[in-house]
Amino acid sequence: MTYDLVVVGGGPAGVAGALTAALAGLRVALVDSGLRLGGQYFRHTAAPRPAAGLDRFLRQARALDARADVLLRHQVWAVSREPDGDLLVHCATRDMAAPASSPGADGRSDDAGRSGGAGLLGGAGLLGGVGRSGGAGLLGGAGSSRGDGADGRSGERAVVLRARRLLIATGAHDRPLPFPGWDLPGVLTAGGAQALLKGGGVVAGRRIVVSGTGPFLLPVASGLAGAGARVLGVYEANGGLGLARHPVLALGKAGEAAMYAAALARHRVPYRTRQAVVAAHGEREVEAVTIARLDRDWNVTATHVVECDTVAVGYGFVPQIELGTQLGCQTRHDVDGSPVLSVDATLRTTVPGVWAAGEPVGVGGWRLAELEGRLAGRAIVSDARTRPAPGSRPDRTANVSAPPADDVSTASASRAGTGLAAGSRVEAAGDVRTGALPESGGVAAVVPPLFARRRERWRAFGEALQRAYPVKPGWQGWLHDDTLVCRCEEVPLARVREAQALGATDARSIKLLARPGMGWCQGRICGYAVSCLAGEPPQPPRRPIAQPTTLGALASLTAPDAQAPDAQAPDAKAPGGATAPDDDPAH
Amino acid sequence: MTFHITVDGRSVPVVPGQTIGAALHAAGVRSWRTTRFGGRPRGLFCGIGVCFDCLISVNGRPPERACLLEAEPGDEVTTA
Ligand SMILES: Cc1cc2nc3c(=O)[nH]c(=O)nc-3n(C[C@H](O)[C@H](O)[C@H](O)COP(=O)(O)OP(=O)(O)OC[C@H]3O[C@@H](n4cnc5c(N)ncnc54)[C@H](O)[C@@H]3O)c2cc1C
Ligand code: FES
Repeated sequence: MTYDLVVVGGGPAGVAGALTAALAGLRVALVDSGLRLGGQYFRHTAAPRPAAGLDRFLRQARALDARADVLLRHQVWAVSREPDGDLLVHCATRDMAAPASSPGADGRSDDAGRSGGAGLLGGAGLLGGVGRSGGAGLLGGAGSSRGDGADGRSGERAVVLRARRLLIATGAHDRPLPFPGWDLPGVLTAGGAQALLKGGGVVAGRRIVVSGTGPFLLPVASGLAGAGARVLGVYEANGGLGLARHPVLALGKAGEAAMYAAALARHRVPYRTRQAVVAAHGEREVEAVTIARLDRDWNVTATHVVECDTVAVGYGFVPQIELGTQLGCQTRHDVDGSPVLSVDATLRTTVPGVWAAGEPVGVGGWRLAELEGRLAGRAIVSDARTRPAPGSRPDRTANVSAPPADDVSTASASRAGTGLAAGSRVEAAGDVRTGALPESGGVAAVVPPLFARRRERWRAFGEALQRAYPVKPGWQGWLHDDTLVCRCEEVPLARVREAQALGATDARSIKLLARPGMGWCQGRICGYAVSCLAGEPPQPPRRPIAQPTTLGALASLTAPDAQAPDAQAPDAKAPGGATAPDDDPAH
Repeated sequence: MTFHITVDGRSVPVVPGQTIGAALHAAGVRSWRTTRFGGRPRGLFCGIGVCFDCLISVNGRPPERACLLEAEPGDEVTTA
């Protein structure tokens, strides 16, 4: 079975893209590593409270669940290209209901018997699985399908999806900066604190300090304060703007900024610019932090100590583009220097059959992510209708139809048997309101001018934010010789400096000599800092596997060709039999 | 509505749908492993499956990311 489209990422971008394509009749699978659809912004607890934006997203998610295969708890660790042009999306999962599968080069989906007769494509086994862990999960049930696994050891196993087209909507993660004590428990990324609250209903601590740079600190602080934490302050390392002249206001988002400002004022949370947490102190957990006044370049001019039990820090975001770079997609440097995937006006990457939307093409917030998901979906539908997929086989989806606007509600109603969203309106597919998609794939037709203008405006807004909240080099002065730069391999600053003294002039040679970025997270956490220390912009990731996966998962693969992209991945020396993070010197 | 898991023999409440990491954090358990070289305590950091700081053993299985794994009734969690 070959999907017309596999989407990686169940945030606003991925869900909008998948839904747009599914509504037009494409066979779509969406894969996400999380427990529930939502991504970072729409992350929610198992029993979410009604909230306008979230309700709307959940309607989209239900409509998608009714029309596509939604595979939650599936982590994609690689995508590879078959000789015939199809893409293989390699996932690791603990979802017992997911069938063991491995479509070989000839397209057969063998081994269906292992999961009780369900083929990869959504036989009873898979749909059952989706119904339980996906359907229930995304709606907030607590369905359980964690398995003991095929190998009985790690509980993880491999699922491979075959696709004509891929949409990369993997979002971003927080960009932390190292500082003394940043590895003490109780220090969390700002997004981590937000994820705990949104996904688990857990307030990260009692006395919390929020620090870093950028407008994202505001929802984090007001969320925590609103949930009962004592937020001792928001320390914004950049400055001069203050809340009143916040660029959010300048760009016509006055309501949102005012809302956060009011929430912070109500909870008496001070907002201080040109200040930041420069050290955390404690024995086994955070007990206090040093807060510094900073000059324009973030050099420390004065300090004081504040007692607290929790710190939430974030210095912007790092787009997750591994799957794209694995496939050879071209990248560019965003305004803040982050490597992001290059896309054209239709969100197409430089690799045939591969689109990207949301944060992997540049950080700009969830509204932009959703819009881009929709645009990518439209472009993908147009592609399916106007030309065969990459490779030689004729495209089965050549006559996909674009449903008229009302089909959206019909779509969910007609699947009332699934118990999902009968009759509810789904605004995600609002683009469908503009009528049927064009026969020809012209850009203006796929991306109506109104959408193009909106996207441009929001992109400009995202870039303005990046410009207004840069990371300044002074933070390097906050580090001591023994401050860990890399948390996984426990590499202190002194070892990085040693490597430089030995002649390492770029991040890659520093990594080879001192090993930052060689551990579990593969440089996702320390990569930015190491680039800064090396004096160069962060380079696109070159990881043969996008996520460490277990030997058990690999062993559960049966078709040898499906293992191709990661010939050197299994490595027994990592703890627990999981593959060692990449030790390849060429990395 | 809550159920319990055991953490080193101690009972920890879970709201259905919470990850093991969230349940531990809510119970005030914020570090559950130590690092290989420095023996430094570690718990949640990124909260979304990226940093691997939160590795933990569940039901005798090798390290899982506590921030991604949903807690289930009867789970036995051991911290190192
Ligand atoms: C931790 C965190 C918290 C955030 N909280 C907020 C907030 O509260 N408010 C706000 O305005 N903005 C928040 N943001 C910013 C947010 O990223 C964007 O505004 C928005 O969510 C982007 O949407 P997206 O669809 O591009 O990606 P996301 O919403 O990030 O969705 C990406 C999805 O892809 C999945 N994924 C990634 N890689 C893989 C893989 N290899 N295999 C399988 N699945 C994968 C992830 O699990 C995730 O669900 C947060 C960002 C982070 C990193
Ligand atoms: S807290 Fe970062 S991977 Fe779990």
